[in-house]
Amino acid sequence: MTNMLEIRWHGRGGQGAKTAALLLAEAAAAAGKHVQAFPEYGPERMGAPVVSYNRISDTPITLHSAVLSPGYVAVLDPTFIGSIDFTAGMPENGALLVNTDTPALQLRERLGLQNDSIKVYTIDATGISEANIGRPIPNTSMLGAMVAVAQVMELDDLLQDTERRLEKKFHDRPRLIQGNLAAITQAYKEVECR
Amino acid sequence: MTESSQTKNLLKDHVIIDKAIEPNAGWRDLPIGAVIPKGGTSRQFTTGDWRTIRPVWSPEKCIHCHRCWLYCPDMCWVSEDKKIQGVDLTNCKGCGICANVCPTKVHAIEMHPEDTKTEHTAGED
Amino acid sequence: MALQEKLTKTAALTGNEAAAQAMRQIHPDVVAAYPITPQTEIVQLYSTFVNDGIVHTEYVAVESEHSALSATIGAAAAGARSMTATSSNGLAYMWEMLYIAAGLRLPIVMPVVNRALSGPINIHCDHSDTMGARDAGWIQIYSENAQEMYDNLIQAVRIAENPDIMLPVMVTMDGFIISHGMENVELLPDRAVEEFIGEYRYPYALLDIENPRTIGPLTLQDFYFEHKRAQADAVVKAKTVILKVGEEYGQLTDRSYELIESYRMEDAEYALVVLGSTAGTAKYVIDELRQDGEKYGLVKIRVCRPFPAVRLGEVLSRVTAVGVMDRADSFSGEGGPIFAEVRAALYGVSHRPHCINYIYGLGGRDIGPDLIRSAALDIKSLKDGSESDSLVRYLGVRE
Repeated sequence: MTNMLEIRWHGRGGQGAKTAALLLAEAAAAAGKHVQAFPEYGPERMGAPVVSYNRISDTPITLHSAVLSPGYVAVLDPTFIGSIDFTAGMPENGALLVNTDTPALQLRERLGLQNDSIKVYTIDATGISEANIGRPIPNTSMLGAMVAVAQVMELDDLLQDTERRLEKKFHDRPRLIQGNLAAITQAYKEVECR
Repeated sequence: MTESSQTKNLLKDHVIIDKAIEPNAGWRDLPIGAVIPKGGTSRQFTTGDWRTIRPVWSPEKCIHCHRCWLYCPDMCWVSEDKKIQGVDLTNCKGCGICANVCPTKVHAIEMHPEDTKTEHTAGED
Repeated sequence: MALQEKLTKTAALTGNEAAAQAMRQIHPDVVAAYPITPQTEIVQLYSTFVNDGIVHTEYVAVESEHSALSATIGAAAAGARSMTATSSNGLAYMWEMLYIAAGLRLPIVMPVVNRALSGPINIHCDHSDTMGARDAGWIQIYSENAQEMYDNLIQAVRIAENPDIMLPVMVTMDGFIISHGMENVELLPDRAVEEFIGEYRYPYALLDIENPRTIGPLTLQDFYFEHKRAQADAVVKAKTVILKVGEEYGQLTDRSYELIESYRMEDAEYALVVLGSTAGTAKYVIDELRQDGEKYGLVKIRVCRPFPAVRLGEVLSRVTAVGVMDRADSFSGEGGPIFAEVRAALYGVSHRPHCINYIYGLGGRDIGPDLIRSAALDIKSLKDGSESDSLVRYLGVRE
């Protein structure tokens, strides 16, 4: 059970935090992992803060309770900084991944993280999405970055599974599929750690 | 959805269809779910004992218009060769519809209390 | 996400998606349903299958749950394999029809996504909805996860339609926790499900016009009692049928099912009795306690109607103390419904363990490993007489 990853995603209604967790679970399941993805349901409104979770493991997962101490936390929206405590419950050596164009070192200061017990990763997911997909929807870029940070699976496996699923959804829009795959790849490679 | 051969087997094995439902049947001998497994069973339920007044028919007044025959909810009026023969009271509840629909000028049907002797009641009472 | 693509052998599906897939493979003739959170997705997905021509089901969009089950009852009596689905207040609104479906012996299979009953209004999981319906005459099967929801639904068809049983079956999963949580689910090929469930066989189909019959007649002092006695007999016989179907399903999938699941009970001194998704979390706790050398085990009640009293008596008579976890209060003042029935099951055993009740998780309150561990350690301290202090304990409520 020690090899079980627990991830918490923070986003705003409409940004795809729930979808990111579902996409990650599907991709990891396709790569042979045991997975869970579940949102925390509250008032579902565009813009309202939403949280979703993943558990990913090599062995079956029987836990059906909330994720209280996630080793990995992803923040889809930089405007949360200062209003939500992303690090709540995070254990030592936890990793925080934030969608921002602020450099990681600067972000660490802004978040007031004194010690090095929590690693801070940054990625300009919105920028990458805009450049590759033409839309500021950061979830696939964040998915690529999170797979790199948490070492969930190989990039090729992620791309393969995502392509297969996007083909079903956007079979008439091949540029959208290629754009998403490029965003995942760029985010996977560029995620910065401090 | 229609009956397959499988269903027919099931009917044979598990379902009581042809057997009459006996008033004293035990729980094992009844069709499941209180289903009445065949049609026309209301014939077994005679409603004649509900009656407190009975239709009394005057054949000499009858013009054989068949309104009574048509309107009777229990099909009590007997007709042969387009002529009313009388009323079979086995299922007659004494509702009086026949007397009511009998044309006023004809007045061939009257309702009489059950405890009075009357004549001209066709059918076997 | 198009569901068609997920029809590989293993997939990541939410509980609702798994239930919808099971329904697609069962392929009922009629589905009549009304949406209610958290069940909505099941019937929404199913209506999509109908719209896309993936299934040839007659889908009846009704205006309430009372009508949903009424239409399902009518369709089942007409001779169609019929299903509906609901949650919480929707189930409550079906109330009188629940008894009619069971009393008429119509083999309807209904997924129920467990959600707390109002009020105060709440959309999250507890078992107050189905626990309240436990005496309605339906067979009740509780699922721990999305896989079990899928497996139980397929088995339910065979159980309901068995000629000796002919009873409706509700198959439950925990609202949101399972219904909206994505997990790995192994799906059978469509053909395998088709063969496993076989052809629908309702012997009194109203649409069989060559054999006219009456369904739902008036029975008074003369016959009602006999019909209820026969219904009670079918529930008893269901135990054998459920075991047989569970074993046969195991040959097909390597996942066999019984009335209860005993987890690490072989030499257990203390046991928890749980049903639903909490059983999974409790297994995690039992594993941890076992690592610490503590002899704990778990009994998961899968089938609640018929109630597996004899089996529970067998496995629990070997332990010192039992903690029964209820995700519903019965408001009898004497604890939850499962507690009352487990205690009754223990009355006849020669070695009667201590037995107390933990009511937990009402309205979706999270039940994590720490709370379950505290309950497990709590029952260890039970001694003669100590139960009377507080037979019923509320787990995770703010004092």
